[in-house]
Amino acid sequence: MAKEIHANIPEGDLKDKWSNYKAQAKLVSPNNRKKLEIIVVGTGLAGASAAASLAEMGYKIKSFCFQDSPRRAHSVAAQGGVNAMKNYQNDGDSVYRMFHDTLKGGDFRSREANTYRLAECSASLIDQAVAQGVPFGREYSGYLKNRSFGGVQVSRTFYARGQTGQQLLLGAYQALMRQKEIGSVKLYTRHEMLDLVTIDNKAKGIIARNLDTGEIERHGAHAVILATGGFGKIYYLSTLAMGCNASAIWRAHKKGALMANPSWTQIHPTCLPQSGPYQSKLTLMSESLRNDGRIWVPKATNDTRSPIEIPEDERDYYLERKYPTFGNLAPRDIASRAAKEQIDIGKGVGPLRNAVYLDFAHAINEYGKDIIAERYGNLFNMYQKITGINAYKEPMKISPSAHFSMGGLWVDYDLMTTIPGLFAIGEANFSDHGANRLGANSLLQACVDGYYIAPCTLQNYLSDQIQVEKTQIDHPAFQEAERLAKKQLENFVESKGNKTAEEFHREIGKVLYDKCGLSRSEQELKKAILQIQNLREEFQQNLLVPGDANEINSELEKAGRVSDYMELAELMCVDALERNESCGAHFREEFQTEDGEAERNDDDYAYSAAWEWSGKASKPILNKEPLHFTYVQPSKRSYK
Amino acid sequence: MKIYLKIWRQKDQKAKGKLVSYSLNEVDAKMSFLEMLDMLNLQLAKKGERPVEFDHDCREGICGQCGVMINGIAHGPLKKTTTCQLHMRSFKDGDTIYVEPFKSKAFPMIRDLKVDRSSFDEIIAAGGYISVNTGQAPEANSIPITHQEAESAFNSAACIGCGACVATCKNASAALFTSAKITQLANLPQGKKESNQRTINMVNRMEELDFGHCTNTEACQVECPQDISVLNIARMNYEYNKAKLKK
Repeated sequence: MAKEIHANIPEGDLKDKWSNYKAQAKLVSPNNRKKLEIIVVGTGLAGASAAASLAEMGYKIKSFCFQDSPRRAHSVAAQGGVNAMKNYQNDGDSVYRMFHDTLKGGDFRSREANTYRLAECSASLIDQAVAQGVPFGREYSGYLKNRSFGGVQVSRTFYARGQTGQQLLLGAYQALMRQKEIGSVKLYTRHEMLDLVTIDNKAKGIIARNLDTGEIERHGAHAVILATGGFGKIYYLSTLAMGCNASAIWRAHKKGALMANPSWTQIHPTCLPQSGPYQSKLTLMSESLRNDGRIWVPKATNDTRSPIEIPEDERDYYLERKYPTFGNLAPRDIASRAAKEQIDIGKGVGPLRNAVYLDFAHAINEYGKDIIAERYGNLFNMYQKITGINAYKEPMKISPSAHFSMGGLWVDYDLMTTIPGLFAIGEANFSDHGANRLGANSLLQACVDGYYIAPCTLQNYLSDQIQVEKTQIDHPAFQEAERLAKKQLENFVESKGNKTAEEFHREIGKVLYDKCGLSRSEQELKKAILQIQNLREEFQQNLLVPGDANEINSELEKAGRVSDYMELAELMCVDALERNESCGAHFREEFQTEDGEAERNDDDYAYSAAWEWSGKASKPILNKEPLHFTYVQPSKRSYK
Repeated sequence: MKIYLKIWRQKDQKAKGKLVSYSLNEVDAKMSFLEMLDMLNLQLAKKGERPVEFDHDCREGICGQCGVMINGIAHGPLKKTTTCQLHMRSFKDGDTIYVEPFKSKAFPMIRDLKVDRSSFDEIIAAGGYISVNTGQAPEANSIPITHQEAESAFNSAACIGCGACVATCKNASAALFTSAKITQLANLPQGKKESNQRTINMVNRMEELDFGHCTNTEACQVECPQDISVLNIARMNYEYNKAKLKK
């Protein structure tokens, strides 16, 4: 039975909604806040900034991460920048334009009110980061510098060389550590959330495993925030860190939180191609490279000459040719699909013919090597370390790779899931990017959710919690959740099969790449679902986990994560199959225009698909949140 | 290519550790060092043995979670490179590679190649920040910072907190790590206000923990994957003396 879901969007004109919300939100008085406990899972930009900001307000925070330090969360790896509407370049930027770019970039599949709020709050974030000491790039005059990213025609991206994520995360991490020192935050590093505990259908705590000792712990709170990032790692080969996973949100999903648009995964166009079967990840090369690098393939198929030997008139700068207005800065979904198209027709380059060229020769001629080195030096060094190739001398070889989850837990305007008291922020939720995220909007969303939105909306929720008794962790709900979590771990260890979790992960990743990746079709998705069901069956029977559950055990951690992927993978395919249109990153081969562009169907599919757990992985229940466009009329998304 | 490994295995802090020999036959030169360890671990798991525990996460050189001593050198033979960015093309067919954890009293052993580096978090907690709450910040361009100042602050801020400096230092000093944060924030106008107190708090915390003293051997800079300069240590000493004089 489908649920009624309400996005709870505030009244008023688009530009007044967030102000109206804040004006009417309920509060908790300062001396009462220390009596209220909040669990924050994840210490990336969203989690660390929310934990620090709520602690500054006076709440008691328990902060969890599976890494050995909060500073290592995968936000650290974001390279290119963070968008914000400051209009420092005087090039016509405005909150409305940023909102419009983001909505259009997402192919009109996100909520107007959320997307507008993202743009509206963006400027404050830059102020906050600068005050924290984030060393953004500066002009010689001392003022902040900007560059341009894909899918927009203004320069609104702030950056700290190619390490913007690292620097923003260190700012948030330091704010978090400051609160830890004061005693407002208690840190639980090397801890993984195994389950969400609900009492009377409200989020009241979590079960966590101490990864160093194997001990299972119960933690109670008045509210729980999941800031556990995206699940692109489900494809195995991805730009994500090895530990990134879907377990926290998936287990919350199985406790009643809806999962929205799970199949919308951004495949990033500029990553290093796979070089062999042993490969564990695909390294991303920042999109900022497309400011100066030109993408091309040889005009002839199966051209095996070295790129330097191929003369100008035998090269196809296909993005510039197909999308003259945006050229090499076409949005990610379009750039990735165009690369796949070239690779599929036999124009791929490199030993496995699975890449395209990203060439800096023209830029080096125009600006000189020094300027290019200052802009992208660390990326060129990284490229050389991994491939052994000097990109100042010959073009980089790049290829698309799984990257960002636009889908995630369904949340309302408050960023609260369908379980009261359970919030999802940052990449863990589905809210702002529609069917395709614009470059440099990810750091932005994580920060805006954590610094500005969650502190306000959590307080609104917590306002009546002061009368509620403190959560008792000996409640039967905690006992039962702990029992089940322990039982699952024991089952993994006792399975004694022949295949490691990693081997299963590689297989399921391959199924998703082939059938639920850059392009999808009804026929292939149906095959994928059968393959996933078989793999899941085999996982039950044939899993091999060496070692025990009550000790440090990396293989056991992987088994838990892969076990969740086995279910989520099917939901992704079901979601992709249900949506009989192409939009953003979701490209269904049956629904394309004559020139091969995505064909959206606003009459039938202008909604977010919010899936409900039925108790069986193969029988998810579809709920629809219709998308209403009052301020922008969805148009054909063209970058030509 | 064929690779012989001698890897430090230790169950926990109390247990006695030892080097255990392994060999791998089909190592590809394009593999990363950690992918080579993955290959070993898969083989161990298939034999029903416990895989080697090692820390790693992003595998692109930025999270700072990986880090082992490779033939006695923190992060291995390549300069300015983390363990995860080291590739097997840096080794030859038939090589023997010694793999050990970042050993230091301030980094207690967890298991095998995993150590506890939370003492670094403690140093940051002592003062490695600018005390600004969310919402207090002024307009970003109201504090102009010259290109050179920003670039110089960035050079210090680039530290990834991997602990190679401590592992390399014969005294196990955390001076490079601590000084990089002190210098970054002292170099920025918005960080200057609390610079004296910050420096004293961070240096005191560093000394309370189990790190040794810096004797200026400069070995830390040599092994730092982010090329953090020992000049940061000189700046920390300057800031510390200045702060003490003002007190």
